[in-house]
Amino acid sequence: MDKVTNILMVGVGGQGILLSSNILSSAALRDGFDVKKSEIHGMSQRGGSVFSHIRFGSIVYSPVISRRQADIILALEEMEVLRWIDYASEDCKIIFSRERILPAGTTSYPEGVEDEIRRLCPNVYPVCPDELKKKIENVKTLNVALLGILSDFVSISDASWQSAIKEFVPAATLESNLKAFQAGRNIISEK
Amino acid sequence: MSGNEAIALGAYEAGVKVGAGYPGTPSTEILENLCRYPEVSTEWSVNEKVALEVGIGSALAGGRALITMKHVGLNVAADPLFTASYIGVKGGLVVVTADDPEMHSSQNEQDNRHYARAAKIPMLEPSDSEEARDFTKIAFEISEKYDTPVLLRTTTRISHSMSGLVKGQRVEAKTPEGFIPNQPKYVMIPLNAKKRHPVVERRMFQIAEDAENMEFNFIEGGTGDFGIITSGVSYTYVREAYPDVPVLKLGMVYPLPELMIREFCSKYSTVYVVEELDPFIEDQIKAWGLKVRGKDIFPIIGEYSPELIRCAIGGKSIPENISLSVKLPPRPPSLCPGCPHRIVYSVLSRMKLKVSGDIGCYSLGALPPFTAMHTCIDMGASITVAQGIEMAMGGDCCDTVALLGDSTFAHSGITGLLNAAYNKRHSLIIVLDNGTTAMTGIQPNPLSGETINGHETVALDYAKFGEACGLKTEDIRTVDAYKEEDIEKAISEMTASGRLSLLIVKGLCIILKRRQQAARKERGA
Repeated sequence: MDKVTNILMVGVGGQGILLSSNILSSAALRDGFDVKKSEIHGMSQRGGSVFSHIRFGSIVYSPVISRRQADIILALEEMEVLRWIDYASEDCKIIFSRERILPAGTTSYPEGVEDEIRRLCPNVYPVCPDELKKKIENVKTLNVALLGILSDFVSISDASWQSAIKEFVPAATLESNLKAFQAGRNIISEK
Repeated sequence: MSGNEAIALGAYEAGVKVGAGYPGTPSTEILENLCRYPEVSTEWSVNEKVALEVGIGSALAGGRALITMKHVGLNVAADPLFTASYIGVKGGLVVVTADDPEMHSSQNEQDNRHYARAAKIPMLEPSDSEEARDFTKIAFEISEKYDTPVLLRTTTRISHSMSGLVKGQRVEAKTPEGFIPNQPKYVMIPLNAKKRHPVVERRMFQIAEDAENMEFNFIEGGTGDFGIITSGVSYTYVREAYPDVPVLKLGMVYPLPELMIREFCSKYSTVYVVEELDPFIEDQIKAWGLKVRGKDIFPIIGEYSPELIRCAIGGKSIPENISLSVKLPPRPPSLCPGCPHRIVYSVLSRMKLKVSGDIGCYSLGALPPFTAMHTCIDMGASITVAQGIEMAMGGDCCDTVALLGDSTFAHSGITGLLNAAYNKRHSLIIVLDNGTTAMTGIQPNPLSGETINGHETVALDYAKFGEACGLKTEDIRTVDAYKEEDIEKAISEMTASGRLSLLIVKGLCIILKRRQQAARKERGA
């Protein structure tokens, strides 16, 4: 059995994680992979910590990733990386947005989050949302730009990514989403 | 496709005529998908009991029906379920119960497989989306072949996980021949019910015997000196953890194929039963005198994972979580910014009232910064629990109010209000009316004036209903959810009056409001 690729997406309810995970799993499916995806709806979506497990390979059984098995963690919020760090494999690639959202009822963001991520994981790719926003036309396409970054680390064809984006974003924003995806993709290659 | 979409697709392909249910995570999307097929007549029912009774009616008229609910919903529908088992069906009747191990979005972690045994109804349990679709179709066949309702059980990880499948064609079932009276079978007065019970027992015996050859109960060979019996999502975890171990996979968890299980157990020195929550399969196997291992090593609480299964069988404890040098604040869900429930909770919190609460988004008012809900038990309990408190305290209730949402009020708050009026109780009942069933993802309900298909319909008139229950006009008020002073004035006056009263706090759900704005914008553009 080939190795299954495990991607964990995490963030805060309302950040649009479901759209991102739909695009990723659809792209993998279009490339002929067996794909499973698992997430939670309902109460936890109301501003709580949210996650989506995406797994693809030749055969995938479990819809959830076991701890220490994630190949990539994509976090739409900074401290959420640490909340899910137990899922990171030894050489897990951690892509995270330096977006900071205070949990309800708290007044200060914890110190040293990024240092702690770097202490625990060698492959860390932080993204400044403000810098990324300068490179895209529409701030609502930020999550798709992050998928563009992620796309450099997985073997899914461009054609499948584009079809998957087309499937899930509103027709009026397709063009700006495709550009955002490309902008994200260029970030890593520029470095 | 998610498990829920797949169940809707399976029902559609099976030629289902009727779909009914009440929203509840993780079941909601089944009906939201089924209602898109014009061939199927669907409804959001007032509650799960109503939905199942609608399904029974459809089945008796010969139309296949799919009824959906979350695990606790089946408690509400348990009354018709047990007797539906006696009367059987004409058109297939499939009842989906979506359980929630780990309580991602539920008030308890009950294992609804027990209902299959208690109500003497077969239960299928799929392991992925493809099986969810296939088992739904098979469930209709079993229902009609054995003249029984069939339970289809999912868990959150089946309902809300996605995997690929190939769509099939709808096969129209026979045109329903309509309801043809058959008193000995449909009128469950004791005289008739006594004759039906043996039929039910024979039916279950027959299904158990036939289960030996049902293709969804199967053995996957392998190597090693131990075997595993499992079903549902646990099967996928087992396969992941042990790709080469012999596995007996049960597609039907009740009744069980005894000979198949006996033979499997005789082949291996150790057989593990891997099932989340209660030892439902394990206990039945042990009752046959077989030796299996189960809850002595696997937890009875929460979800499993491949890692958990490997550690339990390997006799190891699960590795500790990484210890962080940064202290992470918890991030519990909270009421949305701009939510119309926020102000009323600030007021209640400030007034230091005790709040007998209920089930919905507004249960989040129990958490800081409001901490303004003090009970949350089941749908509709807010009103009736407040009455019990009042009775125990000899009629004094001025510091306790009942609080529930519009959909919950329709579901089972109405009976509570009638009970309060009938029994001369005195408390204040507050309905937080946000115009929708929000927690489960925005569904219309009998107070929002819209059907599942978006058609305009009656919306219950609180004032007239309150008056019909005998409340005085001045004891029924409506306030704007965003006007803090009005809310505070109404609550203080109405609690001080010492009379049974009804306060409607009205404000459209912020998510629904945004959706309506977006829809208007799209129409404009």
